[in-house]
Amino acid sequence: MQTANVNRLTPYLFLAPAAVIMAVALLYPIGYMVYASFLDWNPSQRIGEAEFVGLRNYINLLGDASFRESFWVTMKFAMVVVSLEMFLGVGLALLLDRNIRGMSVLRTLFILPMMIAPIVVGLMWRYMYHPTVGIFNRTLKSMGFDPIPWLSDGNWAFASVVIADVWQWTPFIFILSLAALQSLPQSAMEAAKIDGATGWQQIIHIKLPLMMPVLIVTLLLRLIDAFKVLEVILVLTNGGPGLSTEILSLRISRTASEFRELGEAAAMSNYLLILLMILTFAMFLYNKAVELRAARLRKAAEEDL
Amino acid sequence: MAEKIYDKQNPAYYALLVALVVMAVGPILMMLMTSLKLNVDIMSSTSSLFFMPTIRNYETALCDFLWYEAAHIDYCDKTFGRALVNSLIIALVSTVLTLVIGCMAAYALVRFRFMGRDTVSLSTLTMRMVPPAVLLVPVFGIWTFQFQIDGTRAGIILVYVAMNLPFVIWILQSFIVQVPIQLEEAARMDGAGPFQVFFLVVLPLIKPGLAAAAIFTFRVAWNEFLLANALADRNSRTVPVTIVNSITEFDIDWGVIMATGMLLAIPPIIFTFVASRQIITGMTAGAVKG
Repeated sequence: MQTANVNRLTPYLFLAPAAVIMAVALLYPIGYMVYASFLDWNPSQRIGEAEFVGLRNYINLLGDASFRESFWVTMKFAMVVVSLEMFLGVGLALLLDRNIRGMSVLRTLFILPMMIAPIVVGLMWRYMYHPTVGIFNRTLKSMGFDPIPWLSDGNWAFASVVIADVWQWTPFIFILSLAALQSLPQSAMEAAKIDGATGWQQIIHIKLPLMMPVLIVTLLLRLIDAFKVLEVILVLTNGGPGLSTEILSLRISRTASEFRELGEAAAMSNYLLILLMILTFAMFLYNKAVELRAARLRKAAEEDL
Repeated sequence: MAEKIYDKQNPAYYALLVALVVMAVGPILMMLMTSLKLNVDIMSSTSSLFFMPTIRNYETALCDFLWYEAAHIDYCDKTFGRALVNSLIIALVSTVLTLVIGCMAAYALVRFRFMGRDTVSLSTLTMRMVPPAVLLVPVFGIWTFQFQIDGTRAGIILVYVAMNLPFVIWILQSFIVQVPIQLEEAARMDGAGPFQVFFLVVLPLIKPGLAAAAIFTFRVAWNEFLLANALADRNSRTVPVTIVNSITEFDIDWGVIMATGMLLAIPPIIFTFVASRQIITGMTAGAVKG
């Protein structure tokens, strides 16, 4: 009797700690944030003392030019970064997908930029972009060109931030597409070769379509992560000059800590969350669609037999 | 398979490879080199490749751990040393906790068919998308006013465990599914209880998954800045927080700050070299299985 009880309770015992922690430290804060976004709240008040202002924070934000600016900067950053990284990452994977000695060493070296703290990545790049001692301007000077205002001019600052992110995250796309390439069915490749397809034809008509499911998931994962980038930009430019690199995450943290408007920061977080939710949901739907299609094809194949 | 045949490639291919490796590793090497330079060398306009390496910057950063008196230090700033201890404690404790709790939950979800795999992977995905910036306001408010654990290591650990759990549960699930149930049944026949089965039979079999999960968790806890910055007080600051604090608009002490950056980067670099295969498994599992 005793053991039967224990057995029945086991799943709950195993799940309880995780459920409790996630409820207390993840779900509750998110609910709390939704509530806080309707308040006029500054950090010295308890939440109970804050005034309820309904949708005012949301409406204020929509009318706030600098919020719209940083929303636009975030979108621009995510789009530019993700398309550059997809292009470079997939391109390199197609180019380097050969049977060579030392491929695993290469992959190991490529993971390094992703594993290092974003803070440190920002630090390295800030040093390299340094107007006088940084390597870029030094090289330019020694070749007789004018130095470039990497971080002090709005457009260059945006480009610099993009370059740093591309350096850090292209390997992610590269490694995932390489894994996808190497798991492609050899038979399709050989059939194409026998039919006399050139390298380009193989890539366009066979490799890319077969990789597509993985590529789309990779794209969405990277897109979601691109909206989370914060530390690198914080260290490099702190959002400046002006608002040229102030992405939403950065603006949320500044609204909370510098302007001390917790309610507004929460409303901003909600906008960001809604945006990401749409992306995530798109990804989930896509996955489901692919699975359904695979199931249907399998069924059709079985019926044919 | 022992005798692998490698294709011969043309020289341009190898040139490209070398260029890529230089691009990937170059900035890291440059940080290492700068951390070994005196400020005079950093600021000098001559070639940056030839210089006398020195560990002075590391001595400055780690001055309270030195067992000898370094001649160039007049005043020992203990901030970094303390932050390093905090970072180590926070990262290690939260990794261990996340793994133990996550493992148990993943096991229950797989073996006792609690919720469908779909529910779990959807919720994992949803949690993965939540940016730390979104948690900033509520976690600050709740930790300060309700739990009153702001400024403690425990408070920071709690957020990190919660943030990492969904990913860990989800990745371990895909490893536990592969453990043959017959093995567990055999153990149960021999009179093992559910906890014994779990700790003595299942855990040893999913070591690769545990390694991948451990590295990812440690990395997040070790590198995270935003929440630590909001929650920590003077005594519980982590290394990323102190680094950001010491970057001022002007007059950055590049040598010392690069040394601290290097110290922060060393553990992840070591993991990468030791367990790159597990890391890649973890990453590809994240995308390929959705």
